[in-house]
Amino acid sequence: MELAQFCSTSRVIIVAGKGGVGKTTVTATLAVAAARTGMSVLIVEVEGKSGLAAAFDRPSLGYEESELAPGVRGRTLTPDAALVDWLQGNGLKRVSKRLVQTGALDIVATAVPGMKDILVLGKVKSLDLQRSADLIIVDAPAAGHAITFLTSARGLLDAVSVGPVRKQATDVVELLSDPERCRVLLVTIPEETPVSELVDTAFAIEDRTGVSLGPVVVNGCYEDLAVGANGDRASHQLGADDAVTAASIQRDADLLDVFVSDREARDLARAAAFRSERAAIQTHQADRLGQMLPLPQIRLPFLFTADLGMREIERLADAFTAGVGAL
Amino acid sequence: MSIRELAEVVEQGHVVVCCGSGGVGKTTSAAVLAMEGARRGRRALVVTIDPAKRLASALGLDELSNEPREIATDRWDPKGERRSGGALSAMMLDTKSTFDGLVTRYASSPEQTRRILENSFYRNISSALSGTQEYMAMEKLHELHEEGGFDLIVVDTPPSRHALDFLDAPQRLLRLLDNRIFRLLMVPTRTGLRIAGAAVQAFLRTISRVVGSEVVNDIVAFFRAFEGMEEGFRERAKKVVQLLGEPETRFVLITSPRRDAVEEARFFAEKIGDHHLAVDALIVNRVHPRFGTEHSSGLRARAQSLRDLRVGKEAVEARERLAARYENLADFNEIAELERSHLETVRVRVGSAAIAYVPYLAHDVYDFDALAAVGQLLFSSAGDPGPLEAGADE
Repeated sequence: MELAQFCSTSRVIIVAGKGGVGKTTVTATLAVAAARTGMSVLIVEVEGKSGLAAAFDRPSLGYEESELAPGVRGRTLTPDAALVDWLQGNGLKRVSKRLVQTGALDIVATAVPGMKDILVLGKVKSLDLQRSADLIIVDAPAAGHAITFLTSARGLLDAVSVGPVRKQATDVVELLSDPERCRVLLVTIPEETPVSELVDTAFAIEDRTGVSLGPVVVNGCYEDLAVGANGDRASHQLGADDAVTAASIQRDADLLDVFVSDREARDLARAAAFRSERAAIQTHQADRLGQMLPLPQIRLPFLFTADLGMREIERLADAFTAGVGAL
Repeated sequence: MSIRELAEVVEQGHVVVCCGSGGVGKTTSAAVLAMEGARRGRRALVVTIDPAKRLASALGLDELSNEPREIATDRWDPKGERRSGGALSAMMLDTKSTFDGLVTRYASSPEQTRRILENSFYRNISSALSGTQEYMAMEKLHELHEEGGFDLIVVDTPPSRHALDFLDAPQRLLRLLDNRIFRLLMVPTRTGLRIAGAAVQAFLRTISRVVGSEVVNDIVAFFRAFEGMEEGFRERAKKVVQLLGEPETRFVLITSPRRDAVEEARFFAEKIGDHHLAVDALIVNRVHPRFGTEHSSGLRARAQSLRDLRVGKEAVEARERLAARYENLADFNEIAELERSHLETVRVRVGSAAIAYVPYLAHDVYDFDALAAVGQLLFSSAGDPGPLEAGADE
């Protein structure tokens, strides 16, 4: 599939996954990839964490939009801010301050579980209606929170029978259940527990929210060490002894007439073995994911170099584009 | 100050609180610590919050149970190596029933208990309110501590948005229960609601317009039903927080060496200091191995010089293969260097805390053999993440 086509399938993409799988990285990657096709992209960050700005080499992200990269803008939209914003937009500007100060707002929000989530998504909906960007990417709350985040609107329709909050929830349900407006992109890493949890999350989302799921992004995949004309791999075969690999390293060194100490040959062999093992486990887990969850996968490479910055995001965006191309 | 040892935590600690951000192996570490305590002759209990399924079934927690269950000794100590007296139990926190228990304890009559438990606002507080899980974990901890029966109680903390929510949770809940606006409504008069509360009434009408009157009625009914119980709750919360400051309480901070997790850990260490508490041990999971001592930049340069070699056709393959192997080694050593520099920032924050490292394991940890293997890694490594061996638990 063409990247441009992929990015315009729905105007809102919600990126979700458990903590530590690189959800924010994927959000940034998708944004950069989409911007390359000429789209204007808006990233909405709902937890008030700083990781996103750092990925773009920016100091911080605020409630006001700011440019993160060419074609990519970003802003935060925390539940508390969404609530105040919404009250002000509904002619309750004067009480909103008092509601906050007295703590009454917390009580109301407790009485209506999911209310803040709905207001966040409700705000996303209005951003969508205002056409504030060609693509809006929401960096969703982590793990179990993501399911709550996406199911709260339906839950609220049961709990609240009247009023503007109910109206808001109705609008959110409409947004979420329209595949042309909104999709969820799930992120995981190719390891056992994250894969198992992702499958559970995916089914929970499908069963309980009616949101359509896009492809699964499998983040942090070790790339093959494939080299040589005949596709020989530098990482040795599984099960081979480190000593055997070390000996073959020495043969290569002899052939090239360079010196490799025995100790270094052993380090090279062990590092290659480690990579092979992990790559095999990852392949196994990604395959297992494919069997349990019939969704296409986009695999992003594990980056060894430095911390996440613009350069790394660009590299990942290349991989993302290639992954979409293979869909 | 001398560097503490992790062994001290499981041998001398009575309450051990495991904290850290999500996805860093907190529950597993909590289970390992409890098991290690049991191996060392203590009656140990691990309180889990939301364990991964396979770990839960290994611990005998297939169904939610709010009471500790002892795990048969032959399961966690098949070779009979434990010191005498060692026993291991596990339980999974049931937030709502813990809260129900608290209400039952402080209500003045079964009638009051019933009115509260049936109120839908209460149901939201006891199940959906963020912070309640954190608070109830602490409450359960206190309860288990009071009941006695365990020498060592290791408690996992919920995967919060912020690792330290559990420290603030009691206060936050109390503030909610203490709300002035709604307390005015609780004052009973002969005519029902107090007339003086006209401003309050107007205020509630506004809220009703937004969320509907049923919701407001529920809130009002809850605060009426709750009347008289705040004091008991407040006293209790105070005790719970006091328990965290006891000399036999230990805080174990768990992290991975990734930058975001380390930042969260550092933030936590600072915050815990604000509460006049200290981190006693730092466990770093999923540390990448380092192979040999050579710096990544040297290895990278070596790879490049190999690539630049002019060789005959027959040696091209060997050249590319060897260069790729150097690059691979450079990759691993680079990430190891990076992880160590991240960890340094939290290391200076935790002062004299014990530090232990667990390398990247080939498999996830979900049975007692694997827990024991992690235990061995944790309790044998100390101080410095030197050139950790690769492969680990194969």
